[in-house]
Amino acid sequence: MAYKILVMVKQVPDTANISGEVMKPDGTVNRGKLPAIFNPEDKVALELALQTKEKYGGTVEAITMGPPKASELLRECLYMGADKTYLISDRKFAGADTLATSYVLAAAIEKLGPYDLIFAGRQAIDGDTAQVGPQTAEKIHLPQITYTEKIIDLKKNKITVQRKIDNGHEILEGRLPLLLTVIKEAAIPRPFKAKRVMAFKNAHSLMELEKIAESNSLLYVDDLKEEYMAQNLFIPTITKDDLDVEQARCGLAGSPTKVHKVESVILGSSDHQKFDPTKEGLGRLIDKLMEDHIFG
Amino acid sequence: MSKKMHEVWVFIEQRAGKPADVSFELLSKGRKLASELNGILKAVVIGHQMKKVAIETGRFGAEEVLLIDHPTLKNYNTLPYARILSELIDKHQPRIVLFGATFIGRDLAPRVASHTLSGMTADCTDLQISDVTYLRKDYSNILLQIRPAFGGNIIATIITPENPVQMATVREGVMEMVPLSKPIQPKITEIPFKPEADDQLVRILEQYQEESKVNLKNASIIVSGGYGMGSKENFQILYELADILGGEVGGSRAAVDAGFVDHARQVGQTGVTVRPKLYIAVGISGAIQHRAGMAESNKIIAINTDPEAPIFDICHYGIVGDAMEVIPNFIDVYKHKLK
Repeated sequence: MAYKILVMVKQVPDTANISGEVMKPDGTVNRGKLPAIFNPEDKVALELALQTKEKYGGTVEAITMGPPKASELLRECLYMGADKTYLISDRKFAGADTLATSYVLAAAIEKLGPYDLIFAGRQAIDGDTAQVGPQTAEKIHLPQITYTEKIIDLKKNKITVQRKIDNGHEILEGRLPLLLTVIKEAAIPRPFKAKRVMAFKNAHSLMELEKIAESNSLLYVDDLKEEYMAQNLFIPTITKDDLDVEQARCGLAGSPTKVHKVESVILGSSDHQKFDPTKEGLGRLIDKLMEDHIFG
Repeated sequence: MSKKMHEVWVFIEQRAGKPADVSFELLSKGRKLASELNGILKAVVIGHQMKKVAIETGRFGAEEVLLIDHPTLKNYNTLPYARILSELIDKHQPRIVLFGATFIGRDLAPRVASHTLSGMTADCTDLQISDVTYLRKDYSNILLQIRPAFGGNIIATIITPENPVQMATVREGVMEMVPLSKPIQPKITEIPFKPEADDQLVRILEQYQEESKVNLKNASIIVSGGYGMGSKENFQILYELADILGGEVGGSRAAVDAGFVDHARQVGQTGVTVRPKLYIAVGISGAIQHRAGMAESNKIIAINTDPEAPIFDICHYGIVGDAMEVIPNFIDVYKHKLK
């Protein structure tokens, strides 16, 4: 059986490596200054999807929603082995919280699908919410298995999955179609294949082709698109007009959660007691802890 | 709507009929929120033969329990549980619904929020009620959902001003469990449940759980290591110290991500929140997410090579030095003094 598989991926700021210049004086984050990376668990989800395709047959497509720059991420999906990718990008989708994001993702999936299996990382490192997977599943009326550790078997329309639970594991059997969110222990993402990098480094989204056309008066975007499509280098770009969505439910306006206040983490001046790293210093510290009735 | 009594709901999570601590912690918090709203605190209990647990919620202030009891609901299963809660929320429109940020809560809550179109914030480290002005509009008695964001560099206050239902998840240990001196006898409202064929689209074949060997939450002394420990091997010395002090070993997220220490030992916003008598932070820089999980420790010792590390700003006792020298010395002196 050829399974039609979709992976939801996200480009995220590398929050693990925030340097001083990224924080603005008012405490907000200057996203532009942060390097953008492939959300780690989404990469694991793509790897697990590719392994599933290799073992059981099918195709793997990847989809992301984000600014035009997010096509970088889709090229990386192609380098790893994705058969096709889609970019959802529109200013009208900007500022979306998890609910508004899943609303648009679900609309796009319903348009492109149906899929047998949808994979996503458990959570993205910029928000750590783990909400978009389950919310998308709810919106397209699919069952979900979160915290996937391992796909044990896939037979016809039945999948057996091991998932993590508090202090243990659970083996579940689910009927396709189904959405899985994947934790980082599930797989080790493969490196990019040189051959695929050569083949797909020029894959471009519509917005990128528009930029090329703008910078060269001899080129027309429609011709470019045709040419790129013929070479399998076109990344289809989905905008609001392509989807059956209400503007009131998209982007910032469609997001019920609002950021009321952002405070930068300013630490108070320190008035702790200092001890030398010597045996004498540590002896004094231990005396102090005995005084505090912690030791002894 | 304005005449209706504000309701605060807490989803009571259970495995094999045993309620999760975090649910009772949330009842304690929910009780405070409900009293600020002049509202009522309700517990939602789903499972099989859960009467005892339903009554127990009164010990933490639940005035009413919505009890859904059915043999097919014995174990948590996403689809039927989400269906039950979504229908109840649609019908009763509680002002606030709280879930533990556990494997169950994080599977269930977003699904319910999506169905009920509720705003929801994950992993809150504080919840407050306040009047709010947002975009020049005034809102009264809004739930402030406070959490570190963006790699812990900022603390964000999230609100869902236009939504009738405000949802949040909170990690275990973040809120304090406060049993009432005089338990309330909650009113128990049994809600009928009819299984549907689609409820079992995903079913559990097997489940294995081991009691966690790590008990950070109840440890009175915690020796915690960060990325600064450098390797899994170097962590060994922290186990040695913890052993001598009768404590447990914890770790920062960076140390867990680097594979130095097991995830079960992670202290912080996305790990366990602890309040030990003594917390020894070794090679931990002190990012806000970590501090969110340990700042309320009675006494904090920070050991770090970097004198500018933010951990020194919240510690009581600080040592600038290399852990691999300081800890063995500490062990020596301790043994000498106390034995």
